Amino acid sequence: MEPLTWTGSLGIVLNPFLGIVTVLFLVSLVAQTVGGLFAPAVTLQANPDGTLQTRGGVLGILELAMKYLLVAIVGGVAAYIVIPLFIPYGSAGIVGEISKRFLPVWIALVLTYSLSIKYKRRLGLYGKLFDSTVGMIGFGLVMFWVFTAFFVGVFDMIATHDYLSQVSGLKNKVPGVPVPEGTAGLTPHYLLGGDNLARDVFSRVVSGSVFVIAIAPLATIFAFMVGITLGLPAGYYSGRLDTTLSFIANLILAFPVILLFYLLVTPEIVLTGIPSYMAAFLFVFPLIFFGVLLNSRYYTQPAKRTAIMVPVLGILGWLYLSIINQPGTVIDFLPAWFDLFDISILVVFVSVVFVNAPTVFRIVRGLTLDLRTRDYVAAAQTRGEGAWYIMLWEILPNARGPLIVDFCLRIGYTTILLGTLGFFGLGLSSESPDWGSTINEGRKLLLVFAHPALPPAIALMSLVLGLNLLADGLREESLKD
Amino acid sequence: MGLFILRRLGVMFLTALCLTFIVFWLTNLAPNLEKLAKTQGNARMSDDAVVSWLANRGYAQPLPVKYAQWLGVAPGYVIEGSDGQVRGRCIDPGQPVGEAPSFCGILQGDWGFSTVAKENVSEVLPQRLANTGKLMFWVMMVMVPGALIIGVLAGMREGSRTDRSLSTVSIVSTATPEYVSGVVFIALFATNTFGMQWFKGSASSAVQDATFENFFLPVMTIALYGMGYIARMTRASMAEVMTAQYIRTARLKGVSFPKIVLKHALRNALIAPFTVIMLQIPWLLNGVVIVETLFTYQGFGWELVRAASNNDIEMLLGVSVISVFVVLLTQLISDIGYVFLNPRIRIS
Repeated sequence: MEPLTWTGSLGIVLNPFLGIVTVLFLVSLVAQTVGGLFAPAVTLQANPDGTLQTRGGVLGILELAMKYLLVAIVGGVAAYIVIPLFIPYGSAGIVGEISKRFLPVWIALVLTYSLSIKYKRRLGLYGKLFDSTVGMIGFGLVMFWVFTAFFVGVFDMIATHDYLSQVSGLKNKVPGVPVPEGTAGLTPHYLLGGDNLARDVFSRVVSGSVFVIAIAPLATIFAFMVGITLGLPAGYYSGRLDTTLSFIANLILAFPVILLFYLLVTPEIVLTGIPSYMAAFLFVFPLIFFGVLLNSRYYTQPAKRTAIMVPVLGILGWLYLSIINQPGTVIDFLPAWFDLFDISILVVFVSVVFVNAPTVFRIVRGLTLDLRTRDYVAAAQTRGEGAWYIMLWEILPNARGPLIVDFCLRIGYTTILLGTLGFFGLGLSSESPDWGSTINEGRKLLLVFAHPALPPAIALMSLVLGLNLLADGLREESLKD
Repeated sequence: MGLFILRRLGVMFLTALCLTFIVFWLTNLAPNLEKLAKTQGNARMSDDAVVSWLANRGYAQPLPVKYAQWLGVAPGYVIEGSDGQVRGRCIDPGQPVGEAPSFCGILQGDWGFSTVAKENVSEVLPQRLANTGKLMFWVMMVMVPGALIIGVLAGMREGSRTDRSLSTVSIVSTATPEYVSGVVFIALFATNTFGMQWFKGSASSAVQDATFENFFLPVMTIALYGMGYIARMTRASMAEVMTAQYIRTARLKGVSFPKIVLKHALRNALIAPFTVIMLQIPWLLNGVVIVETLFTYQGFGWELVRAASNNDIEMLLGVSVISVFVVLLTQLISDIGYVFLNPRIRIS
């Protein structure tokens, strides 16, 4: 097989086109930014013929030109993605083949977007997201990786080779290198080259997304449960409880994160069982949260309360016991048939939750301090509602806006933290395909072979960027009401 | 005000005490000590040998006693080992037992001995701190003016195209952690892959002699991540100031736009970013660790990684004492500075 070029025959036309358009766009962007500093503010200008014009002159033309150039760029990029789907293998180069591999993701994205935009008026805050360009771009980036993780993790679709199998002769080979005849795999090339153990970089990157998409949101949810359960009473009662909890939160926040990781995420610490105890402590908070949440609402109707609480707490309790119970560690008392799953990276999970929880605590506490002086809280107090009812059913729903925005940002931050752990080789096996570990593997030979380290770095950045843009869009839209 | 500072200092010392105790406890756990004995003594030590090795060097004492000795509030141990040699915490090699002082801890200015560097912690750490200080100085020189300019330009006309493009730039920079931007920078500018080999991918020579060639990439890597956040805060603060009544008054009086921005708005808009910049310093500490590891620059962060991966207890404690004080001092300075910059706030 011939090695693949980057864009194949498609590039003969598209590359010069996209190049020229991009250069023009950048030039006009700079001209506009510089010009915008000296130009007068946007004013309405009445023309002699009775029409109105917002901004005439050079800047107006530039603005119009930039709009069309941007459309041309987007069209060019879309052509790289769409055209290869209809032409035979290899003729669209590496970019085209990668686009083909992501076909299920494209279909899922198109479906999500067309359905969401069609029904956006009925979908509340989620629907409003599709009114903001920034929010849509962010949502698109996030969903791209969510769908990738879904199709790789559940259906084993996108990856071309096994992310662990090594093929001799492909060590550190450049992108588009053909694999030897008879190698197992869906494409006869390593699309993004081989790493320093001759594994397929492309397959490792898409497999790595499963790890991040599975762990980061879950860890953030746990951190939020801990932060909310402790932050609400701290803000509502103030006094000594607040002082103590705030002191502990500040204590954890004063720790340099990496020092904390180096102290907590080592095989020696796992031996002592500290992560298991921390897990037992931190993961009990969702149970407390849901228990108090339901009890404070339904305690006046004991029959209904019991009917709701028993199944909810039963399932959560089972999950809790399964998570903290690990064969071979200090907490190992469940029979194997009762233990649902084993998390081999419990220590990573725990330390990420532990680092995030104090910040969430501070945010929730601050919001509660602000909201508890509101009239609806006073009304609830006059009605004689219990303290926990007021916190969970009056204050918390009204704090949801900033919390949702922070949730998106925090998933991004958790992704960065997981990458940091991988980067320092802490807690994860060196074979793990997660992006941090792959970057760490790639950086060792970075000065000689740059291609193994770049794809995971760009993947991680695009996911975090997507989450930040999504948070920005959500903030913008929630401020509009 | 005096009482406020005093109380904050009190909390600070309490926090530092708690944190160093946690680090002390974690590094003195049995598996960590066993690893220490095996790396320092002999990798194939038997369990008995490990126990006696640790006992001879005072590690077998109860945790609070060891911590008090490290602090300098309890007399250092003097142990006649099972091998007949007398070792003491305060006895330097070759020193007669009688001449050694009985107390030697942080309070006496003795930071202990680094088992990896084979030097006193108080000799290693200042060098590392000086190197990191040099790095941080240049990071600040790049990051602060850059972030403020971006933030002010974006915030002075909220919603304009300049604002939108600069805000996108700052979001992109906050979404790029150091290990990503560092790797991308090295691949782009320090290798021949893209034909732009302008800088060096390693900053180890910058310790002696920092040049543009070997220092630019590490400085930019750290500065970029912090820049976006400060720029966004500056933008928010600037946008808020620009909607204030006195700005409108100035406009109605006919003051020119550049003059409004420079003379009227800027001063008030820079109060919030000051706090953010001070609070950003602890976050930069993370970036320093990553960048110093990536670019092999022998500073504070590099020492942290080396000490942590070898369980170098006293070095780790020294590192955590310093980083905790950096974090808490910047918090204190930002609080006090905020009061000075904003005369409307008074702390009773």
